[in-house]
Amino acid sequence: MIMSLGPYASFIVTSYAAAALVVVILIGWIVLDYRSQTQRLRELDRSGVTRRSGRSAVDTPRTIT
Amino acid sequence: MTLIDLANPTRFLALTARVLPWLAAATVILLAVGLYQSALAPDDYQQGATVKIMFIHVPNAWLSMFVWGVMSIASLGTLVWRHPLADVAAKAAAPIGAAFTFLALFTGSLWGRPMWGTYWEWDARLTSMLILFLMYLGLMALWRAVDDPSRAARAAAVLTLVGAINLPIIKFSVDWWNTLHQPASVMRMGGSSLDKSFLIPLLVMAVAFTLLFVTLHIAAMRNEILRRRVRSLQMMQASRVAFSSEVGTGSREENASKGAA
Repeated sequence: MIMSLGPYASFIVTSYAAAALVVVILIGWIVLDYRSQTQRLRELDRSGVTRRSGRSAVDTPRTIT
Repeated sequence: MTLIDLANPTRFLALTARVLPWLAAATVILLAVGLYQSALAPDDYQQGATVKIMFIHVPNAWLSMFVWGVMSIASLGTLVWRHPLADVAAKAAAPIGAAFTFLALFTGSLWGRPMWGTYWEWDARLTSMLILFLMYLGLMALWRAVDDPSRAARAAAVLTLVGAINLPIIKFSVDWWNTLHQPASVMRMGGSSLDKSFLIPLLVMAVAFTLLFVTLHIAAMRNEILRRRVRSLQMMQASRVAFSSEVGTGSREENASKGAA
């Protein structure tokens, strides 16, 4: 079945495309930021800097990213 | 695990690792169901197929206010209870709230052109939403402008609580003023005026977008905690370097003075 969007199809498609784009940008920003922070923590760990608790700088749990 | 336990950032990070995959999966499933139902929803007798824009526009408009509400509660947590994660929660929510507000304005504008004959009208609802968007941007700028996170948090918390005055203005603008924007049709006295064929996809999309916000917010909070950990470790590293160079200079001066004697 082909969905008919009528004479204002471009407005509807643009709305959904914009929402998809913004959500993808948000997800991408959060994933890249996470990678950047964990990378910086690893570099600090390699340079011998430890937290006051004595734990490694890279004491972050495993996640889906 | 109690709320007090979550005050510990390490415990919070452990919790995010456990819940994020489940939240992400639930969001994807609910978004898929919502989009499917939105596609199958019939055309409105007045709006035609442009009613489909509402399934995106309304959840984003709700969330734009909901996120500011979350930030306001977090700001109270910063100012009153000094909860260690409160300002992390507020700071992490701001860009997500700004994105939802932008989408509410953008999709509303795209709906307005064919339905009202204009992309924009300076009426109370649209203007108060634009002010909300500008306040989100202002808060994000404030957090970036102040280096010390605790000082930035207090200033941002005050600004957030002052900005919360805008929430009832947005909600009741359509009742208080004569606006082009239609009055509330879902959350109103006497129940929703929408037919089930529109109401169900709309509510599913609203829950899906809320879950999306919760997922992104928790992930962004995790990033903010890690950013602060990086900052404190870099400061420790810098102070160690400064201390060792001071010790080095001190011992050289001591040796020099012994030699002179």
